[in-house]
Amino acid sequence: MELICPAGTPASLEAAVEAGADAVYCGFRDETNARNFPGLNFSRDELRKGIAFAHRHGVKVLVAINTFARAGAFGLWQAAIDDAAAAGADALILADLATLDYAARRHPGQRLHVSVQAGAANPDAIRFYVENFGVRRIVLPRVLSVMEIASIVRESACETEVFVFGGLCVMEEGRCSLSSYATGQSPNMNGVCSPASHVAYAERDGRVVSTLGGFTINSFGKDEPAGYPTLCKGRFTTPKGSGYIFEEPVSLDAALMLPALRDAGVTAFKIEGRQRGRAYIAGVVRSFRNILAAIDEGRSAPPAGLAAMTEGQMSTVGAYRKGWR
Amino acid sequence: MSDPQMTELPVTPPALPPWLARAMAPLPLAPLQPALALMLDRIGRTHPDLYGRLGEHAEKCFGIDPTDLPFAFVLEPKPLRPRARAVRNLPAGLDACIRGPLAGLVGMAEGTLDGDALFFSRVLWVEGDVAAVLALRNAIDDARIDFGTVIFGSLGPLGQRLADALRRQLQSLPVTSSGGRTWS
Repeated sequence: MELICPAGTPASLEAAVEAGADAVYCGFRDETNARNFPGLNFSRDELRKGIAFAHRHGVKVLVAINTFARAGAFGLWQAAIDDAAAAGADALILADLATLDYAARRHPGQRLHVSVQAGAANPDAIRFYVENFGVRRIVLPRVLSVMEIASIVRESACETEVFVFGGLCVMEEGRCSLSSYATGQSPNMNGVCSPASHVAYAERDGRVVSTLGGFTINSFGKDEPAGYPTLCKGRFTTPKGSGYIFEEPVSLDAALMLPALRDAGVTAFKIEGRQRGRAYIAGVVRSFRNILAAIDEGRSAPPAGLAAMTEGQMSTVGAYRKGWR
Repeated sequence: MSDPQMTELPVTPPALPPWLARAMAPLPLAPLQPALALMLDRIGRTHPDLYGRLGEHAEKCFGIDPTDLPFAFVLEPKPLRPRARAVRNLPAGLDACIRGPLAGLVGMAEGTLDGDALFFSRVLWVEGDVAAVLALRNAIDDARIDFGTVIFGSLGPLGQRLADALRRQLQSLPVTSSGGRTWS
């Protein structure tokens, strides 16, 4: 079982490697990847050095070029693919059919993974990517139960990777338009959900109020845990009452599901959080490395101890256990 | 590689004792200004990549407000002419402001505490240009600055004692109770 870890900066990449990652995923400092946040990501030179550092420690580097290319600007995505391949990336993580087609033709020896942003959630979709572009791995969207994953793995001719910790989306990965509606920018096209440039916080009546693109999306009492300022984690008033109508501010923590996911045939476990700091990367990676070691040795897994790192100070196993059914 | 006995990762940094803030309140800020200038100069020379990450936000004016100290800082990280000064109260017209206990701010800057986790737990708060704050946080996180030494080291032997005391405080952070809730 591989542990795939995030890195938003060279320092985070080194932290992930030192904490026990099998592979680190990262992106360029532009709109070609889905974490295009201020001050984050890698220059071409930083990627080359990061890959060299990781390889010296026996760790792979996967480069996410997983946004959907803008019409008329495909050269930016082509350059990202060419430069990542030239830098020695162990795999490219892609979502757009055009980028997959370009990478498969231009770099036939390059290992390709399908990003979670592609939303490939059934054997037919996966077969399409394998047969047409020779992809070697699919990152499954966070909408599937463990039983559904096991069924997909049995019917698929490629590896699967699933998220086990970190931020959650509202089950429409690669297709969500909430951020775009409020700000004109989306993770799918611009690489940024709820861009910080459109976020504001203000104090009102003793509560901190967060707005996105001018829309009030939440307010927090003095000691109430907070979440990311995204529309999907906002509280809204409807005729049936007020509250979280899309999703609570909550993080995925599937540590307890790792044995079941392993038995389902999953190849790799992925930690979300390229936008997080070194402390998160080192702590979460080390925790999951210890859990995986315990599982491998047949010991009971130590508790993850990651509550402090979770959004809203709350965790869920998400769709892996569909308790509402 | 790591201790198999997992403990809760820390997030809640301790606040400095109120008596310390009261004791520091009457002290003049003037001696801090050259030390801050020296610190900024040292950081600029040893971590030039920091400006690349800040990009356009290097021209912004940041307020840094350690809520357990009787003074705050104004930071202008301009590459050609960086400035930092201590102030009794933050002035109006800042582009962005970051508030939190000193140990939290230093822990985040040194990479021992996660900024988002501090935000989720309401230890840290930001106002103004959130993009500029994110850029600053990410640039500093990548730079791996030993802030305790940089901030207090230029104050001489007293500064070294302060840096050591702060580091001891951070290392003795109370383990957060599991505190987290589950949802399904």
